[in-house]
Amino acid sequence: MTDISRLDHRVPAACRTLAQWLLYVGLVLAAVMLMILGRANGQVMERMRIQVVDVLAPIIDMMSLPVDAVVVAAQTIRAWTALAEDNAALRHDRDRLLGWKDVALRLEAENAQLRQLLHFVADPQTRTVGARVVADNGGAFARSLIVAAGRHHGVGKGHAVLNGAGLVGRIAAVAPRSAQVLLVSDLNFRVPVAIGPARIRAILAGDNSDEPRITHLDPDAFVEVGDRVVTSGDGEAFPDDLPIGTIASIDNRTIRVRLFTDASPIEHVRIVDFGLQGIIDEAREALSAAPAGPSGPAAPAASPPVAAMAGSASR
Amino acid sequence: MTNVVSLRIEAAARATVPAGITVALMLLGSIPVSGMHVQLLEPLLAFASIYYWTLYRPDLMPAPLVFALGLLYDVLSGAPVGAHAGVLAVAHAILSGQRRFLIDKTFILNWVGFALVAVGGCVLVWLLTSIFYAMPVDPWGLLFQTLMTIVAYPLVFRLLLSCHLSLVQPV
Repeated sequence: MTDISRLDHRVPAACRTLAQWLLYVGLVLAAVMLMILGRANGQVMERMRIQVVDVLAPIIDMMSLPVDAVVVAAQTIRAWTALAEDNAALRHDRDRLLGWKDVALRLEAENAQLRQLLHFVADPQTRTVGARVVADNGGAFARSLIVAAGRHHGVGKGHAVLNGAGLVGRIAAVAPRSAQVLLVSDLNFRVPVAIGPARIRAILAGDNSDEPRITHLDPDAFVEVGDRVVTSGDGEAFPDDLPIGTIASIDNRTIRVRLFTDASPIEHVRIVDFGLQGIIDEAREALSAAPAGPSGPAAPAASPPVAAMAGSASR
Repeated sequence: MTNVVSLRIEAAARATVPAGITVALMLLGSIPVSGMHVQLLEPLLAFASIYYWTLYRPDLMPAPLVFALGLLYDVLSGAPVGAHAGVLAVAHAILSGQRRFLIDKTFILNWVGFALVAVGGCVLVWLLTSIFYAMPVDPWGLLFQTLMTIVAYPLVFRLLLSCHLSLVQPV
């Protein structure tokens, strides 16, 4: 009798343990399946991700209000204490800038005349949307921002994202009210650049560190620490001459770039549609995604023409 | 009758506190503070929360919930979807086995347990992410955030304990 009751007690417990282990195995398998799916079809995963973020963005935005209030209060107090100095500095700057304004106006007029002489075709009209950064994950996995402007505001995939300092990144995914910005330092970011006064062509490749690398540089090219790095306009992803950063270090194997946008926190950005369709062609992207399967190249979201260009450039 | 219904509602609300706190900590972690460098100093408080509730209220932090929280973190952090979910499921399995051992002893042991799970999880996530991208991902940011989380754990433990006593099971 006692034996039977003990058995009764033991069997459900054993079943429960087995069920528990099966559950764990199932969950781990589900995670692996999701990762394989994400690897094979990154587009679908990114679309799902931005949909979830679009729902959560207003909540994060609301939660950030008290944090913002404290930051703004601290900034206000600091601004008050430095009022006189700031005023003097601003006056000095204004005088200097007025001089530059004259120069700019003169150059603008001259430029217009020269363009007329050459029958120059102007760049397509650009359209700018200002947006506030509501979330960032500058963590270890991805360098991206969520901004509070989306499809409803005219933001589209591939648009350039800038702030006062220079190129911040590009729009990677768009939802109705928010959009994801892939930062220049992200693992998946590639952009053709021109380095220094000689405008030496290369590719800037993010690797999730603070200072992205220069790749596909001509081995005979001469590059110095401190050289300016700007977009080259190749591949028609971005227009030329958007400031990115300066060469920070050069050693035997890698050249790294310190970003202009790294100097200060990114709170507001300008999202600019330059009317360039170079890299963001969904059909082409889907085509290129197919051969770039799990064993494909290291940059799953690298844009096709850039990748193609990078492949043909000499190292 | 109404009394019974209101008691049920109250109990249900109390049961959602652990998940609610964890989600709130996750969202809090993605608020842009000021610049990327500060971001890396931020401890991953949500994981401390998952650890705490898994040990002290396993009924309110079951494996499927932990998996879902991992998915949410993957989506928010930009990690490959499934990476944290899978690692958290493994961690949950290990912790469920060592529960007794970790909560009966001193706080130091609890802390050491957290540190071991956190470092193990960090290595696993790094490995999965590197396999996903087919290249070694920069490990320092991840490692640094993990260390910050371990350092912050005693404080988070205090906060969660008070939430536990006041919200989840009031005296």
